[in-house]
Amino acid sequence: MHAQPMNNSPNAFDVEAIRNDFSILKGENDLPLIYLDSAATSQTPDCVIEAMDAYYRTYNSNIHRGIYRISEEATAKYEEARQQIGRFINARRSSQIIFTRNTTESINLVAYSWGSANLREGDEILVTLMEHHSNLLPWQLLSQRTGAKLRFIEITDEGVLQLDSLEELLTERTKIVAMTHVSNVLGTINPVQELIAAAHAVGAKVLIDGAQSVPHFDVDVQGLDCDFLAFSGHKMCGPTGIGVLYGKLDLLEEMPPFLGGGSMIRSVQRESSTYADVPAKFEAGTPAISEAIGLGAAVDYLDNVGLEAIFVHEQELLEYAHQKLSEIEGITIYGPKPRQKTGAITFNLEGIHPHDLAGVLDTVGVAVRAGHHCAQPLMQKFGVIATVRASFYLYNRLDEIDTLHEGLLKAQRMLTRRRR
Amino acid sequence: MNIYEEDILDHYENPSNYGTLENPDISYEEDNPLCGDQIRMDLQVEDGVITDLRFCGHGCTISQAAASMLTEEIKGKRLDEVKQLSKDDILDMLGIPLGPVRLKCGLLALKVLKAGAYGLKGWPGEEDEETE
Repeated sequence: MHAQPMNNSPNAFDVEAIRNDFSILKGENDLPLIYLDSAATSQTPDCVIEAMDAYYRTYNSNIHRGIYRISEEATAKYEEARQQIGRFINARRSSQIIFTRNTTESINLVAYSWGSANLREGDEILVTLMEHHSNLLPWQLLSQRTGAKLRFIEITDEGVLQLDSLEELLTERTKIVAMTHVSNVLGTINPVQELIAAAHAVGAKVLIDGAQSVPHFDVDVQGLDCDFLAFSGHKMCGPTGIGVLYGKLDLLEEMPPFLGGGSMIRSVQRESSTYADVPAKFEAGTPAISEAIGLGAAVDYLDNVGLEAIFVHEQELLEYAHQKLSEIEGITIYGPKPRQKTGAITFNLEGIHPHDLAGVLDTVGVAVRAGHHCAQPLMQKFGVIATVRASFYLYNRLDEIDTLHEGLLKAQRMLTRRRR
Repeated sequence: MNIYEEDILDHYENPSNYGTLENPDISYEEDNPLCGDQIRMDLQVEDGVITDLRFCGHGCTISQAAASMLTEEIKGKRLDEVKQLSKDDILDMLGIPLGPVRLKCGLLALKVLKAGAYGLKGWPGEEDEETE
């Protein structure tokens, strides 16, 4: 039983019907699960679990090899998933969809393959201060390998990009701009369309980290004109272990391989080899077959619910969360207001360690993330070591924010009594 | 089992042996970069016996309560005795089970003690175990 298509009408959004699609939310434990950590990993609808289950139970076999029925079925399903995902982000061709393990691997693929072939000393890589470590470390490593310089777009105290210095930062020396579409900590939606155009005007390529955007609203790679887009399956109702790299075809074709092995070759001699066409060139070894099929089912599911309706629903949750949490004495909320962001609210309560907040919230069944969120430079900007982040997705309800609010008050009662 | 038992909150709010020593024989400080918990421990040692000690620092309830409990446990004990203290001893003192993330908070004080007194740098209880 799956949620019915919503005809893009936000009024038709039925959160109870959606919750029915997720076994884990049916509350079979002592406490109901109030899951506010979808920015770390989203819950998986039963239809995705069933699609992966069907692979293992009825046609488990390797792809692109066997001359027998179930292998042909597995290959067809794996390639169908590539088509589904290509349509989901409006890629021109399905061969532009490369399956990886996750966003991190997708970005590393570009940094190693494209980066090592195209960057040298004197060149510059431009990132932002709000990058997840997965979109920073690969560029730090590339910078160390090539001597190219890493530069940063700073952010304002409100948690949005500081673009007044863009002209100075984005020059002919800039070879690639690697930036997140949506901050995993603050939820800030960055103006990537303008930045992509500005980068192209100086001849730079652009990689967009879509880990926090592709799950939440329509990302159209042709409309944006990005050169690369990286995202993960497990943040968009899919399984772990599968991610995607989208790239412009001419770039993918001229890039050298990243990992060598089976499947990525045309022919192999003792000392050298020739390589398969994209996407196979970048998919060495047996891939995560059931996970790719699961991700295909996940994008179908999101399509049926409707990303537009999901975005509107999340905005409603965010507005309410901001309103409720702002009432709490001693709270600091980081980042912009709703409408300029999506998915997440990040905060601290004065005098209480984020781990303790998350620990007390766990006692009332609320799952949130506490820590540096793999974004230490951003934490340093705000002068904190850690924060608490509550993040939302299509299955969250307004009353779950009430429970979050009550849990925070409980933590305050318990932990700010007589501390020295 | 609630990790915010009264006993833990009491240690957090009114820690034992909190502060610093003027002339410690051993002084060591360490933090947990994942969450910023930080603990310093000062020991006075005579003939191999911990005669006095203090701890200070900041962080979550678990890290600070565990440090307070640990100082109570080891005061007056011999250093070679204290060396045997393990992850399980800390969990016994806290009286609650800890998940893998909070375990690091709970073990920070023991880590500081072992690094300061014996130069052992790893996380206690996370030694690379033989799989045989």
